[in-house]
Amino acid sequence: MGCNRSATILHGYFDNELDALGAADFERHLEQCGNCVDALEALESMRSSLNAAQLYEKAQPGLRQKVLAGIDSRRTVTVFRRRAAWQWLAVAAVLLLVTYTGLRVVSPHRGDDYETVLAAEIIDAHLRSLQPGHLIDVVSTDQHTVKPWFDGRLDFSPPVQDFADQGFPLQGGRVDVVHGRSVAALVYGRRKHFINVFVWPSNEKDAAPRSGSRQGYQWVEWRARGMEFCAVSDAAPSALEQLQSLLAEN
Amino acid sequence: MLDSQDQVRFETLVLPHLDAAHNLARWLLRGGADAEDVTQEAMLRAYRFFGGFHGGDVRAWLLQIVRNTCFSWMEKNRHGKDMTEFDEELHGPPSPNPETLAIAANSRGRLTRALEGLPPRFREVIVLRELEGCSYKEIATITSIPIGTVMSTLSRARRQLQLALVGPVNKEAVHGL
Repeated sequence: MGCNRSATILHGYFDNELDALGAADFERHLEQCGNCVDALEALESMRSSLNAAQLYEKAQPGLRQKVLAGIDSRRTVTVFRRRAAWQWLAVAAVLLLVTYTGLRVVSPHRGDDYETVLAAEIIDAHLRSLQPGHLIDVVSTDQHTVKPWFDGRLDFSPPVQDFADQGFPLQGGRVDVVHGRSVAALVYGRRKHFINVFVWPSNEKDAAPRSGSRQGYQWVEWRARGMEFCAVSDAAPSALEQLQSLLAEN
Repeated sequence: MLDSQDQVRFETLVLPHLDAAHNLARWLLRGGADAEDVTQEAMLRAYRFFGGFHGGDVRAWLLQIVRNTCFSWMEKNRHGKDMTEFDEELHGPPSPNPETLAIAANSRGRLTRALEGLPPRFREVIVLRELEGCSYKEIATITSIPIGTVMSTLSRARRQLQLALVGPVNKEAVHGL
């Protein structure tokens, strides 16, 4: 080739990536090297062909929307996960209210405030679970698969039973977080609806079911055998009551 | 975990480079539909990692994520077929003369095929330099090759592209399929 220069220097020069000294040096070389002049010309020719061909492929307008939608759904999850912080705010608000009214400070019972906060949290957890890929971590209709799955994931053993014969087939379970603690979430199907049953240990005495609705979702909460249960769904209230009695009996 | 302020920052800083992200993915994956999916995945990944971005060249930061997402995708979906390095002849035929090259490169289809026929490691530096206009420093960041190696990689990539363009007709027929 008759050129003693490293061929790569040419590219650095072509791309304007040589320092001033290197570039000047290479220009001096160019004055006497026909090979490098040709090679440089070939590079320039190719660059202009690449430019002329307009190979740059921009994103379709729809992609931006898809990305934004993806971010939004992630954000929703994020917001739910951040709840720990505003949970404390809610608790603080409740405490303030309690102190202000001065009525229930010494009350040994957990009141409506607790229930309101709990219901809001349970419904959040339910909504969060309905996001794609969040509902079930262990997919099984077999209680003997679901129950052992919780071992090692929780510090308690939730009662797991399938009620397919009664119209509530067990779909699976997952570990969720309610009230800042890990809880078992059992997922039952009810026709086209899902019912989340959250279970966690409780030191308090058994309590009869209390129910309510919020944002179009029904919830039932009760305590039995040292466990607190809370079922939530958009299924009919009667369905929830039915599942509640099944769970309470068994 | 991003708060709404971070989300706004993401939308103003990162999202404007969506075209660059898509262009890189399109050329690395050699196709439209996959490129769109992988770009979307990479953008969401970028969103997730955005907390770890502490200023600097945001385009290079994003393209690095896109590039890595593309390579993982290729490894997963094409069983490494695309990852094979071609045996290149460093001291092969002399550079094609500019006229021959200009004629050969005159067709968009032919250029596309020649570019798509390059190994990904070469294709990415050409796309980043010629299409995206990245500096060597940015290319080094994006591709994780040492900055000292960018120039020689580009030199080999360009040479192979030139050869592919003026290469034998049967070669073109193979790529044209």
